[in-house]
Amino acid sequence: MRRVGAEEIESLAIGAWILGTGGGGSPYLALLNMRQLYRKGVVCRLMGASELADDDLVAVVSNMGAPLVGQERLTDPKTMALAVTMMEEYLGRKFRAVMSLEIGGGNSIQPFMAAAMLDLPVVDADCMGRAFPEAQMTSFAIHDLTMYPLTLADVRDNAVVVARAASWKWMERISRKACVEVGSIASTCKAPRTGKEVKECAILGSTTKAMTIGRAVQAARRAHRDPIDAVLEVEAGVKIFTGKIHDIARRTTEGFLRGTATIEGLDDFRGHDFRLAFQNEFAVGWLDGEPRVMTPDLICVLDTVSGDATGTETLRYGQRVTVIALPAPPILLTPKGIEHVGPRAFGYDLDFRSVFA
Amino acid sequence: MRRRIGIDVGGTNTDAVLLEEDAVAAAVKTPTTADVTTGITRALAALVERAPTARGAHAVMIGTTHFTNAVVQRRDLGRVAAVRIGLPSGASLPPFVDWPEDLAALVRGEVVMLEGGHEFDGRPLVPFDTKGMRAAARRIREAGIRSVAVSAVFSPLNASGEEEAASILLEECPDVTVTLSHRLGRIGLLERENATLLNACLIELARTTTRAFSQALRASGIAAPLYLTQNDGTVMLAEVAEAYPVYSFASGPTNSMRGAAFLSKRDEALVIDVGGTTTDIGSLRHGFPREANNVVEIGGVRTLFRMPDLLSLGLGGGTMVGPAASLTIGPASVGYRLTEQALVFGGDVLTVTDVAVAAGLIDLGDRARVASLPAARVEEALARIRSMIEEGVDRMKTDAGETPLIAVGGGSFLVPARLAGVSEVLNVPHQAVANAVGAAIAQVSGEVDQIFQDLSRDEAIARARQLATDKAIAAGADRATINVVEVEALPLAYLPGNSLRTRVRVVGEIAR
Repeated sequence: MRRVGAEEIESLAIGAWILGTGGGGSPYLALLNMRQLYRKGVVCRLMGASELADDDLVAVVSNMGAPLVGQERLTDPKTMALAVTMMEEYLGRKFRAVMSLEIGGGNSIQPFMAAAMLDLPVVDADCMGRAFPEAQMTSFAIHDLTMYPLTLADVRDNAVVVARAASWKWMERISRKACVEVGSIASTCKAPRTGKEVKECAILGSTTKAMTIGRAVQAARRAHRDPIDAVLEVEAGVKIFTGKIHDIARRTTEGFLRGTATIEGLDDFRGHDFRLAFQNEFAVGWLDGEPRVMTPDLICVLDTVSGDATGTETLRYGQRVTVIALPAPPILLTPKGIEHVGPRAFGYDLDFRSVFA
Repeated sequence: MRRRIGIDVGGTNTDAVLLEEDAVAAAVKTPTTADVTTGITRALAALVERAPTARGAHAVMIGTTHFTNAVVQRRDLGRVAAVRIGLPSGASLPPFVDWPEDLAALVRGEVVMLEGGHEFDGRPLVPFDTKGMRAAARRIREAGIRSVAVSAVFSPLNASGEEEAASILLEECPDVTVTLSHRLGRIGLLERENATLLNACLIELARTTTRAFSQALRASGIAAPLYLTQNDGTVMLAEVAEAYPVYSFASGPTNSMRGAAFLSKRDEALVIDVGGTTTDIGSLRHGFPREANNVVEIGGVRTLFRMPDLLSLGLGGGTMVGPAASLTIGPASVGYRLTEQALVFGGDVLTVTDVAVAAGLIDLGDRARVASLPAARVEEALARIRSMIEEGVDRMKTDAGETPLIAVGGGSFLVPARLAGVSEVLNVPHQAVANAVGAAIAQVSGEVDQIFQDLSRDEAIARARQLATDKAIAAGADRATINVVEVEALPLAYLPGNSLRTRVRVVGEIAR
């Protein structure tokens, strides 16, 4: 267990936005909340999963909803903490710690917001290792852990407990419905996990990983070095393409923001083109018409100059970007993992082939 | 005959042009003065002297960076009461939360957070706390604050809360000026609120400056209505514009790109504006600058203003050229001291202008003072400049084909006639005053950015277009000339039904 400095939360925000692979929502507002809390003297603690006892109980938290609504109804640590205390009341047991559902995007910081309010430590882990759009796309679902109960808190004192669900997909449908009713933004505490489950089934060390990536970007910027090279170095990533966004098409179906971006090559990639398909997150990329990179490998689109991550909602014509791939957590690469989060889970009839194979 | 005067108040020069129908009849360049209005008066006097018909102009458009500079330099800013309507949502991130502390300390008066606001579909979040608003209005009056910024959750979709707050404020404190966020911004509460706060802190300055501009105009014997140019290349009547100073933040580069389009008669091209210290490269689409989508910081404050997407290079007429051993171009520049420090003006600094004179690209100062520069060095420097420009042009291009490039600005002589990836370099008359021309030709606009539900894409766009057209007409546009210049329909993830965030912008000529 160790104390987390304010500057580490800054690094976490940068790294988590990169690990968001285009989705997960910008961590900016959550970061602002943490700055406020640290200014008031809060110091969060981070613990390794190995420090958990097998029967400890861990709260898995996330903000649920439409990123655009989140830009108006600003995220609040109180509501986040409320979802956790609701769960404690429902279970009649206290949590030992909180952890993140997804390390990619704003949900990387939500557990710190809850932890600050509840004076609990944050476990250095998540269950996606990146961002994914749906509840069944987690390492816990891949391990067939129970998916209920779930608590959902709205800022107006509306609260929902989903006591049971027949499957991860049912849990997704029911909780999504409740979320839409309260304005498409809510704080949720997912099915509680035991220390044993976290140790065996979570993606461990992902908070530290996001902080390391963020720190590398910050150091590179300070030294006027290429921040993208810095990310590739610390994460053993691969540069996939550099270019300029040439065309972008989006549509929503079944709650997904789907679309494709076409990137025209610059620098070393002049004369080549790259097509990137997304479903909230970047899913598959084709180099000159041939599949080059696909989920669950992490496909990150970064601003070529600043190294800042770009979300699928903010991609824009003419933007100059670099596409990189980072290795996915091993659990996502197992046959069961590929079933949950491989290209076919997103409707692409492709056999998964890792860039890193 | 239709006569329009365009004025650009820049950091170094105040330029003025007279347009008769669509031709530049006269153009002048005068030094900018510390009080701004003296410079304008002088520029107008010079213009009238050259073309007496300027007195009969039908409209005068001024573009100025005065308000941006006030924020950046932290001067002439007023104290503001911030009213946020949206509790219980967003309580942990109050107004000014992400402002630089020095600026917040200058601007922050009262901070009031009240229950109210709306959902993305227009339903109320909770009822608006009108009692709380009335009590706050009284506190604001007692504190002697004269400018109030009101922002409500999802007000771009439903402005009723902000409107009600304004009427309560005006009942309780009739002397205050109220800025409402839905008039200024888009979806994104913090950024929209920041724009509203910036506007509110500039409102006193905007009023006095705009009135001084009007006086300068009258003193010059010109009776035409005065317009101020906006970030998007359009204008607002000065008496309307004085309520929205933030809308002029990026008008400088916009005017120069619009002027370039007009002078070259090209709507789709790249524009390169070479000044004394920097070169800006932008892209014209339908005669307007392509805009950046990203968050724009003004004086350290995050906003969502639509700004032209520009690539700035450290290259201008005053840019210093390094020693022979390691020939480098910039980024240091002698800036406005060019006429003292450059070799051709008797100084001892080798600048890009000296290289251009030596190469015969332009005739300035004393050419004999650069005669001894080795030809190889001049050639190498020009080659470096060329590759800087070619690289920049390539980064701004949005397709692989060759694109025309319009060269404007005082340093446009630095742009080579032939460049890789460029179909032709367009040098046009009056290119040095393109920004004043851009001001003179500005039109009136209307814009809508809303979420529409359960409408087809076409229906949503049609509805947005109607709303935008109504706004443009209210701002002074002639209905018959209204044109749609931008349409964007973005489906939204995780919202029910078919939710489309639709943005439409229309422009029209000034109604006469």
